[in-house]
Amino acid sequence: MAFSIIDSCINCWACQPLCPTHAIYEAQPHFLITASQCTECAGHYADPQCASICPVEGAILDSTGHALNPLGSLTGLPA
Amino acid sequence: MPPAPPHSTCENQESTSIQDRIHNHPCYSEKAHHHYARLHLAVAPACNIQCNYCNRKYQCANESRPGVVSELLTPAQALKKTLLVSEKLPQLSVVGIAGPGDPLANPQRVFSVFKTLATQAPDLRLCISTNGLALPEWVDELARYSVEHVTVTINCIDPEIGAQIYPWIFWKNRRYKGIKAAEILLAQQQKGLKMLVERGMLVKVNSILIPGINDHHLPEVNRFIKQTGAFLHNITPLIAKAEHGTYYGLTRQREPSPEELLTVRQICGENMNVMHHCRQCRADAVGLLGEDRNAEFTLADLDNHPDIDHQAVMQKRMLAKTQIQAALTNPTANYHIPLSSLKTSKNSLKKYRSLLVAVATRGQGLINEHFGHAKEFLIYEASAQEIKLLRVHKTQLYCTGQQECDEAETRMHNILQGLAGCELLLCAKIGYAPWKQLEAAGIQPNSEYAMVPITQAIANIYAEFKQAGKLTLSSQQQAS
Repeated sequence: MAFSIIDSCINCWACQPLCPTHAIYEAQPHFLITASQCTECAGHYADPQCASICPVEGAILDSTGHALNPLGSLTGLPA
Repeated sequence: MPPAPPHSTCENQESTSIQDRIHNHPCYSEKAHHHYARLHLAVAPACNIQCNYCNRKYQCANESRPGVVSELLTPAQALKKTLLVSEKLPQLSVVGIAGPGDPLANPQRVFSVFKTLATQAPDLRLCISTNGLALPEWVDELARYSVEHVTVTINCIDPEIGAQIYPWIFWKNRRYKGIKAAEILLAQQQKGLKMLVERGMLVKVNSILIPGINDHHLPEVNRFIKQTGAFLHNITPLIAKAEHGTYYGLTRQREPSPEELLTVRQICGENMNVMHHCRQCRADAVGLLGEDRNAEFTLADLDNHPDIDHQAVMQKRMLAKTQIQAALTNPTANYHIPLSSLKTSKNSLKKYRSLLVAVATRGQGLINEHFGHAKEFLIYEASAQEIKLLRVHKTQLYCTGQQECDEAETRMHNILQGLAGCELLLCAKIGYAPWKQLEAAGIQPNSEYAMVPITQAIANIYAEFKQAGKLTLSSQQQAS
């Protein structure tokens, strides 16, 4: 059970300080999540913090590879 | 040092203590913007809301709009950049943090920069621009670092309208969408504004004019912020190009015309001070408002430059400030002409029409720019009563794609459109071909006033035109 950040990440830093388990770190070419540290915010918050502030649709995936913010979910633009 | 004599009519009304606080802030004082430089430190990448006019993905060096930067700085790099910029541009008076995200969504980085600057460059004014969501919780921290100038973007006070501008916010560990998001954001903005005013801070409110969304609502916003105690209202036109990838750009939301902008500014200007000289600059802009010299201060430049003595550059800044103030207050410099040729009875206002004049300048309040080099034109309106800056027309406001960047044709077309309504163009120099084109479009170029203060040149021309009977209104026009 862990999330992952993919290459559509724009390196805006918004998620990094919010992670309750400090699983998110700056890397090149984009931020990454240490899978062994990620709890998906279970026990900390009702909603996963990284996915709740990320401005890019599709940049954060759940453990099954599905986008936590699917296309169209944030911008209202057609997918 | 006593504040400089006021320049524009709105600044005339300000008390001495306020004059003291705005006289060297280029955004708060139109007069200051000809002389003093600002530096935006791009230390705040994260944002806690989404605006439909913003897209954080696109970062083009040729593009000029808020929310865009070339390089992100760490707090240490930000200090070094401030010192390096001071060395080259000692007329630097303001250091602001405006993004590229929201400063208060990055409080640790922002306050770490303010803390260092407060000790190493205490003469510099610190300033932030925020969307207001996190403002209430940080107002006292801003006061701690003597931040006296805060800009809050308030596009509406009605959540129904807000829901059309802000698709989501991140608030208390959750993402909110729709009307709920707008309700929270607007309440926070209004609370923050009130708290800033209570602490005596000078608040500038930015409102983006979005045709069909908030154009008719902005006078209401204006009344609200005036009532709450904001100092200045800055109404700026929406930038929405499809190539920017913003929601409004991609959904073909229309940008306002210069006339629409002027109309809203005029309505709001009857109620409180309205800004006319905003350049909608980038979150890493450096220099006078009309220029951007950020390309001279890249991260590579910072790394290669030896350490700078903060005391020595502060001395340089203080000297530059003394020189600017001396030049501004020197009566022989004739910068502040009494406009005696214009000050006439109310009757004259009815008898003589106003005149629009475009000016090419690169600072110091002088007509000192070559037409072909001008990145922007200031458009002044001279009337029987006053000379005032109406708006700024940028010639290279947006990146329109590489192939078009240097095309003279496109540039000229853009200038002729932007200067529509102007009867004269004052510049330091101009070539034969553009002279002819301008003349054909009904705009008379004039380089006789090269290096002359802008207001003085316009006053002379207005007096000449008046004497020649070119401004006399017919009795019919007077009656209407």
